[in-house]
Amino acid sequence: MPDQLTLTPRQRQDLRTIAAMIIPASEEYRVPGADDELIQADILATLGRDAKPVATALDHLARLAGMPLADLDPAARDGVISTFRADGGAPAATLVRVVLQCYYRDDRVLRSLGLEPRAPFPKGHVLEDGDWSLLDPVKARAHAMRQVS
Amino acid sequence: MNDPVDVLIIGAGASGAAVAWSLAETRMHILCLEQGDWMKPADYPSTGRDWEARFYGEWSTSPNIRGRPEDYPINDDSSPIKVVNFNAVGGSTVMYTAHWPRLHPSDFRVKTLDGVADDWPIDYDTLVPFFEENDRIMGTSGLSGDPLSPLTHPPMPPQPLGLSGPLVAKAMNKLGWHWWPSDTTVATMDYEGRARCINLGHCTPACAQGAKASTDITYWPQAIRAGVELRTHCRVREITTDENGMASGVVYYDKDGVEQFQGAHVVIIACNGVGTPRLLLNSASGRFPNGLANSSGLVGKNLMFHPYAQIYGYVTEPTDSNRAPPTCLWSKEFYDTDLSRGFVRGYGVQFVRGAGPVFEAVVSEQKGILPWGADHHRVFRKLNGHRLGFSAICEDLPEEHNRVTLDPVLKDSHGIPAPKIDYAISENSRRMMEHALARGREFLETAGATDICVNSPIPWGGWHLLGTARMGADPQSSVVNEWGRSHDVKNLFIVDGSVFVTSGGVNPTSTIQAIALYVADQMKQRLANLFD
Repeated sequence: MPDQLTLTPRQRQDLRTIAAMIIPASEEYRVPGADDELIQADILATLGRDAKPVATALDHLARLAGMPLADLDPAARDGVISTFRADGGAPAATLVRVVLQCYYRDDRVLRSLGLEPRAPFPKGHVLEDGDWSLLDPVKARAHAMRQVS
Repeated sequence: MNDPVDVLIIGAGASGAAVAWSLAETRMHILCLEQGDWMKPADYPSTGRDWEARFYGEWSTSPNIRGRPEDYPINDDSSPIKVVNFNAVGGSTVMYTAHWPRLHPSDFRVKTLDGVADDWPIDYDTLVPFFEENDRIMGTSGLSGDPLSPLTHPPMPPQPLGLSGPLVAKAMNKLGWHWWPSDTTVATMDYEGRARCINLGHCTPACAQGAKASTDITYWPQAIRAGVELRTHCRVREITTDENGMASGVVYYDKDGVEQFQGAHVVIIACNGVGTPRLLLNSASGRFPNGLANSSGLVGKNLMFHPYAQIYGYVTEPTDSNRAPPTCLWSKEFYDTDLSRGFVRGYGVQFVRGAGPVFEAVVSEQKGILPWGADHHRVFRKLNGHRLGFSAICEDLPEEHNRVTLDPVLKDSHGIPAPKIDYAISENSRRMMEHALARGREFLETAGATDICVNSPIPWGGWHLLGTARMGADPQSSVVNEWGRSHDVKNLFIVDGSVFVTSGGVNPTSTIQAIALYVADQMKQRLANLFD
């Protein structure tokens, strides 16, 4: 069953390496990289229906690299990634999306963005009513809907 | 064997719910068969931390991606616009933006006014009482008095402008272009048992608060209390006919997958512009070899989608992002025909308030404006919470080559042939979309936006499924008559978006439901001679 597919140690290693290339840690913004242990654990725990395309993408990456991605020198790694992004197709896009969707729900990352780490429900959000006088010019103009007869 | 019913409705979505509610007062035995189930708001995406991620899986707008057991596959490989829908009690009102414009009076007179397509056999004024009734039951919010839209009387005030609204308003005012708060079915105050909107923001894939009207929480509770029976997990395979060419009932698969026959004196189809032609074509028989109700040959033809031309950019000011319903303002500045623009007809505009962080990251990475590596964080902070969008809903004119047929290979989980879509965007629509993108760019630049991106058409933007069983007075050029009855089968009615003659340039659900209520009203008035 594709949903029960688990990644091999080598695939996990490459996933961690590419995740760090997508989003490295930042001291300036005080955020972890996408290779962070908790974020990687979230990715692996929630792959679900994405497991198969992600594994396909990682297999493709392994073929391009010929060795663990982390063992390549930086220039060679960048070259492999450039090819991967260009020809990886839907599986590569899924891999990147999975990394991003787990990264941008991490508590530390959300707090760094000024967002509360929570589900929208039940607290919701407060919305300003806004300045309705902005509508006055529209009301003042001589607009008319097209007439039928 | 099930006892025959007086009225059998197929589909419990926008139109099926409305017609069931209206007919309930007749005290006839009314049964609705729905392939989906009741939804559970506690399971809706906005209740969990993975609320955005679920949009890419079991809460995708595309049935092909979503793949829930209640969904059926659709071969839309031959269409640049993919079909999106939802299958459950409430249908696609469970999963929609709740934007609530009506077709304009001029939309019913396209041939007369602009010399293209066809006039409708009914006019706007005929539908007005049903629009009003529908707005009351669905519960609308908005501001009466829009000079460029039909007069409405929303029972609730409009959504707050928030952070994005004033940015839109100022830019539109600078350009001298029309804008107005949208009518929506988002409750802005407590209404008929629905709690007011608390800005969960993730409205499209179902509202956990129940502030967004969907027919499972508006029409259906009332219809069921009035005696209508709703049977879920029942997928109809075909409509059967008797020796007189009248509909005799349906064959369906129940929740256990067991084939059942349900007899009925009247059959009403409410399966949307793809599901309805699929069902009619799957109901071919010796007497109706080209599909049921298809003597005109038009079942499945004239499919109209509303190609969306979307353009968005990023302003320095914060926008509402995911902290508000996605749509709050519209513009009808370019709605009516102006031949100097190089196309006939026009488009409505809905403004987009923003996106959540995951969606922003995924889309921006795909668009190439969010880099990998060290600069990722700086750029993301510039984009996230700063998006402002302009989406044009372009009027699609009917063309017979745009159609729904049966796929020769693809089948659903019950072995029923799946629909196949063949659709191409017309030259008129292309010119309209180019015009909209140019105006959208003007708007965004006036608002001070940069990093402008385009989605045209929005690929997964086939929300509005229209025209595939059009209404008309002439049986040669239409599938149903001016009150929704099949020309060929006198006890068969269609009440969904299939009956649209033209599409207008606005979201159609309000008009679909008004038509369903109108057809029900016609049926009630003609009960004594319904089949004459």
